[in-house]
Amino acid sequence: MSVANAAGMTLPAGSAVDPAADPAAAHGAAHHQDYEGDKTGMWLFLFTEFALFAALFVIYGVYRIIYTPEFHHAAANLNVAAGVTNTVILLTSSLTMVLAVNALQRGENRRSMALLWATMALALAFMVIKYFEWGAKFEHGLYPGSEHLLAMDGGEIVFFGLYFVMTGLHGIHVLLGVGAMLFLLPRIKSGRQSATNYTLTENVGLYWHLVDVIWIFLLPLFYLTN
Amino acid sequence: MLAVDTPGSVRPSPSFLQDAGGRSGIGAWIFSTDHKRIGLMYAAAMFTFFIVGMCLGLTMRLELMFPGEQFISAAAYNRIFTLHGVIMVFLFIVPGIPAVLGNFMLPLQLGAEDVSFPRLNLASWWIYMIGAAMALASLVVAGGVPDTGWTFYAPYSVRTDSSVSLAVMAAFVLGFSSILTGLNFITTIHRMRAKGMTFFRMPLFCWGLYATAWIQVIATPVVGITLVLLMLERTLGIGFFDPGKGGDPILYQHLFWIYSHPVVYVMILPAMGIISEILPAFARRTIFGYKAIAMSSMAIAAVGYLVWGHHMFTAGMSDTARWVFSLLTFLVAIPTGIKVFNWLATLYKGSIELSVPMLYAFAFIFLFSIGGLTGMVNGALSTDIHVHDTAYVVGHFHYTMFGGAGIGFFAGLHYWFPKITGRMYNDRRAKIALGLIFVGFNLLYFSMLIMGILGMPRRYADYLPEFQPFHMASTIGALILVPGLLLMLWNLLHSARTGAPAGPNPWRATTLEWQTASPPPLLNFEVAPEVTTGPYDFTHDPLLQENPA
Ligand SMILES: [Cu+2]
Repeated sequence: MSVANAAGMTLPAGSAVDPAADPAAAHGAAHHQDYEGDKTGMWLFLFTEFALFAALFVIYGVYRIIYTPEFHHAAANLNVAAGVTNTVILLTSSLTMVLAVNALQRGENRRSMALLWATMALALAFMVIKYFEWGAKFEHGLYPGSEHLLAMDGGEIVFFGLYFVMTGLHGIHVLLGVGAMLFLLPRIKSGRQSATNYTLTENVGLYWHLVDVIWIFLLPLFYLTN
Repeated sequence: MLAVDTPGSVRPSPSFLQDAGGRSGIGAWIFSTDHKRIGLMYAAAMFTFFIVGMCLGLTMRLELMFPGEQFISAAAYNRIFTLHGVIMVFLFIVPGIPAVLGNFMLPLQLGAEDVSFPRLNLASWWIYMIGAAMALASLVVAGGVPDTGWTFYAPYSVRTDSSVSLAVMAAFVLGFSSILTGLNFITTIHRMRAKGMTFFRMPLFCWGLYATAWIQVIATPVVGITLVLLMLERTLGIGFFDPGKGGDPILYQHLFWIYSHPVVYVMILPAMGIISEILPAFARRTIFGYKAIAMSSMAIAAVGYLVWGHHMFTAGMSDTARWVFSLLTFLVAIPTGIKVFNWLATLYKGSIELSVPMLYAFAFIFLFSIGGLTGMVNGALSTDIHVHDTAYVVGHFHYTMFGGAGIGFFAGLHYWFPKITGRMYNDRRAKIALGLIFVGFNLLYFSMLIMGILGMPRRYADYLPEFQPFHMASTIGALILVPGLLLMLWNLLHSARTGAPAGPNPWRATTLEWQTASPPPLLNFEVAPEVTTGPYDFTHDPLLQENPA
């Protein structure tokens, strides 16, 4: 029975009986370097990360409509200076990240690594400020389930619940980003990431920008609501 | 033309079952990045869980054979239906077709040698297994199996001492696996299609997987964060779902169904894709309305996001919200109807061959139509108030998910069995199994539809004596269905070793997976295929040439 031709989907003439055709060489090598494909996958992943926060933004939106005055009142407890400082820090870290990717693309691996270290230092500064900010809240008895918090209005409890959950989840993403950079460094050092093969570095950069973008949303939602 | 031999008979490459890509022992499977091996590993895990879930379902049916307590307490009954739901939904039917048949067939149908990210594919399997281990660990840890139902509704899920956190964590992990598979498939479909295969030359199974993958990627993060919030609620008492702390339990239901309604399309769309493959292959005719079927998958995926409120008509929503959700629910039935009519039109004037996959496809259309039409009763506001939380809903759900997605899965297993194993299943046993499944299924679940309308609530371990005939009929149906399922699975397992060799294309089907050997070699195709026509072109079929009518 004729199968290949009966289908109307033709194989290249003679290919099926060509003993020299080595399958691995024929279409094996092209597979592993698909820049467009790697980028598509990364953007889809970033999309799911954003969807994770989007659900929280929706919850925030619903409760803010219900509890507008309580949200304004509760937001007064947040340290605007700390929030704004952290924003500046994260924006700067995005800049150093862009420069790191750019340096790698121009083949300056050492410079790229230095810039990645700078990005991580800024991430660390962000987390330190976050730590003191949360610490101050805890000192005032403001943490999930605390007596002081439960004595407040329902709307304020929800506001602080959202504050801790969303900034906490964001903080985890900052740490994941740092982890990704630590994973990247030895690869740049050894030259596996280079001016000709920088997809992974670019993807880590994209991830870092996502972390930044989410913070840009969190700043007005919590700190500038008052 | 007839002189051209099949590529399979002259090709020296060993099949993927012999060629493990340099690995050996168990590592040849659990560390393999070959999409075909990964598909089979999913199959092995999933059908194990399926049998566990089936036994739990049978236990419930036996308990319900007579009114009063037979051999399990009401509290144990709550845990059993929860575990049955968690296993069947999260471990079997949601990942089912994409992870098993999608993994195996998508690259083959596209003419590719693997998915875009083979290592990520393997990671998805591992993540799935970790999630499954966590779900099953809830059996043995303190607190025991959750007793909330598979929906984990707040506030009870926040309060119960059973191990909800672990089960919810398991669902979160399984969701992550699902996201990664979806991401992989979307990228594969965009980047790995064979030369000449435009989007509208893709087989319809690929379209089904494509729409499914988008739902997985878009909707799963929402349930992920919902389940995280539920865990935080249990551990830290955040209060989002607690009215005493300004929260609202209805919010949980909204968030849960924003994911869990679209996810029923994750279950059903790939099954519809399988039916769209089988019908043209055994009617020897191109599919009727190719673009309409492809686009209706995308339409279902899109509109399916906006109908979740129909699960909450009695939960306390504004009247406006209720009629809007009801209207949208009716709208989403339209693309499904388009598919059914296109399938029937495909059969018209076809040369129909009543093979086992075709019979499964017919069973799918019949059972899924009942499932869809009974769903309209749930979508309409006034009738839904009457049947909400009754056995009717359970019957409807099983007609769509088991009669639809499950039977579609089985149809695909039989259809692609020769391709996967290189052998034919035993035809007579397969037909007997299908007969048992079909009769048992209808007896089991149609009884539920009737007793539900008469007022039998769902999730009750006991009932009034007047419902006994229906429960008895339902249990007898289960006792017919279960042997049928076991016979089907045993037949497939047994035939994988003993069946007659199938050859590359026993069905004379036209899509690309049939253009390579059975089982396929490690890299799928000897030479990257090139496509010049649509997927279901039977104009060159030799048997049809003899009788052009
Ligand atoms: Cu629904």
